[in-house]
Amino acid sequence: MDVLGNYKSVIAARSTDKDILKKSQDGGIITTLFAYALEEGIIDGAIVAGPSAEPWRPEPMVATSKAELLAAAGTRYTISPNLYLIKEATRSYGLDRVGIVGTPCQIQATRKAQLYPIGMRDVDDKIALALGIFCMENLSYQALEAIVEDHCNQKMESVKKMDIGKGKFTVYTERGAVSQMPLKLIHKYVQPGCHVCLDYVANLADISSGSVGSPDGWSTVFVRSMKGNAVWDGAIAAGCFETKPIDQVKPGLDLVAKLATEKITKNQKHVDERKTVGLKADGTPKGLRNPYESP
Amino acid sequence: MVEKPAAEKPAVKPSDVIVKEKVEVVQKEEKPVAEKITIGELHLSGCTGCLVTIADNYEGLFKLLDNYADLVYALTLVDVRHVPEMDVCLVEGSCCLDDELSIEELKEARAKSKVLVAYGGCAAYGNITRFCRGGQWNQPGQEAFVPISEIVDVDLYIPSCPPCPQEVRNVAVMAYLLLRGNEEQKKLATAYLTPLMQLAQRGNEACGCDLMYDVINQGLCMGCGTCAGTCPVRAVTMEYGKPNVNRDQCIKCGACYAQCPRSWFNFDVMNNYEGIMDAIKGAMQ
Repeated sequence: MDVLGNYKSVIAARSTDKDILKKSQDGGIITTLFAYALEEGIIDGAIVAGPSAEPWRPEPMVATSKAELLAAAGTRYTISPNLYLIKEATRSYGLDRVGIVGTPCQIQATRKAQLYPIGMRDVDDKIALALGIFCMENLSYQALEAIVEDHCNQKMESVKKMDIGKGKFTVYTERGAVSQMPLKLIHKYVQPGCHVCLDYVANLADISSGSVGSPDGWSTVFVRSMKGNAVWDGAIAAGCFETKPIDQVKPGLDLVAKLATEKITKNQKHVDERKTVGLKADGTPKGLRNPYESP
Repeated sequence: MVEKPAAEKPAVKPSDVIVKEKVEVVQKEEKPVAEKITIGELHLSGCTGCLVTIADNYEGLFKLLDNYADLVYALTLVDVRHVPEMDVCLVEGSCCLDDELSIEELKEARAKSKVLVAYGGCAAYGNITRFCRGGQWNQPGQEAFVPISEIVDVDLYIPSCPPCPQEVRNVAVMAYLLLRGNEEQKKLATAYLTPLMQLAQRGNEACGCDLMYDVINQGLCMGCGTCAGTCPVRAVTMEYGKPNVNRDQCIKCGACYAQCPRSWFNFDVMNNYEGIMDAIKGAMQ
């Protein structure tokens, strides 16, 4: 499979909703799509990365209104275990049509939960919209704290926005300070589990989106499944987005493909290296467990 | 296809008579059972939750029985006393070593089935029966319970307590495709069933600890939350992006590890998720 996965169309887009753009990381694609899907009854609720007791630590929540979606808008560079709520959303919350947003690995987990619903009773046909976000790697909360507080020298609670782009990790504070660090210094903090990930642009999502490839304030959007296509067409018809053809924006799809190739090549190498990391008594290599071969 | 009654068409050559005979044979069948597979459920030391799970497919169960599988053996559902020959045997419950009949029937089921499935946490991993220590009414003498793979070879696992109706449905449809399908369908069914067969090879001990030993300790966890969402007894919570297992609460059903996208992830099946889900949905309509 191509590093960008199967898709029906790819486009640069930006929300037309000013409230969402104020809170969103880039083009506000995910928030706007969920708001549209809620409005249209395509979903009854969406599992999103909501706020928690600590600054910048996301906690999964089921959003059933635009206000709740807005509270969850924007990127937090640490994982929100959204799959935690996937069964709960159909039970305690009683949702028949669930939206979920996740990193590529979380969308993989969603599809596995649908195809092999081992402990996911009555979930498979209730996933109405799975939105994926581009992801190079992820950090534990403590790692994010170290980056913001030690490297960038800012307090977590005073940060207004965090952003990754152009080779830098950037922190913007409420009072206007801007702190930066080179992205390559972050690598030692990356969760080990991210090094075996072979998906950059959420290949298995209905629609996936991320800033890479599009100009500032815009997002690149891959429309992938039949379901995703129907929702995207509806949202466009409803005037939720302004769009530009991807081949008419800078830096364009080539950069997405370049980063996807880099990530997958690097991680495939890591997966392969794990096969021969150790040594058996007979002199042959001893490997670690490979989830792509067997449980 | 319905042939014209032979009476309207006098037999002028031997083949006319042969056709007529063939038609009669087909018409004598009350229902077209020839192409279905046969499935049975052997009930050992389990709570019947696994059996009920089959019925939890509701109208889907009727569709399965109409088109794909005959239920030839099952407690209360089928009036058959002794373990019959069958294509797929779902075994529910662990095996009590203090009950000779359990061991005999399990061995008989193994001998008489093409595919033996450890159906549910107890059969696969012991599950809650791992905590048995005897002295319980009304069989205080029964205290030794083992996952069925201690007694017989097992081909495939369907973990969790209870298992999911959708998973047993998927396995039933895939078993049908494997045994009755064309080459392409056989290939798909093999790809789908392979990880569940590998689970059976992996062993019969499961615990929330697997998340530590085989996922986090192996450098594979990325904190997606699946395990916590899966756990039927809520023994797993997510603390700062990683699962935390309340080991006293864990019933050892194997659901969290089997559901984890980093226990296995088979791209050959997953990349085709849309087609497979549509196919299963289509098969059930």
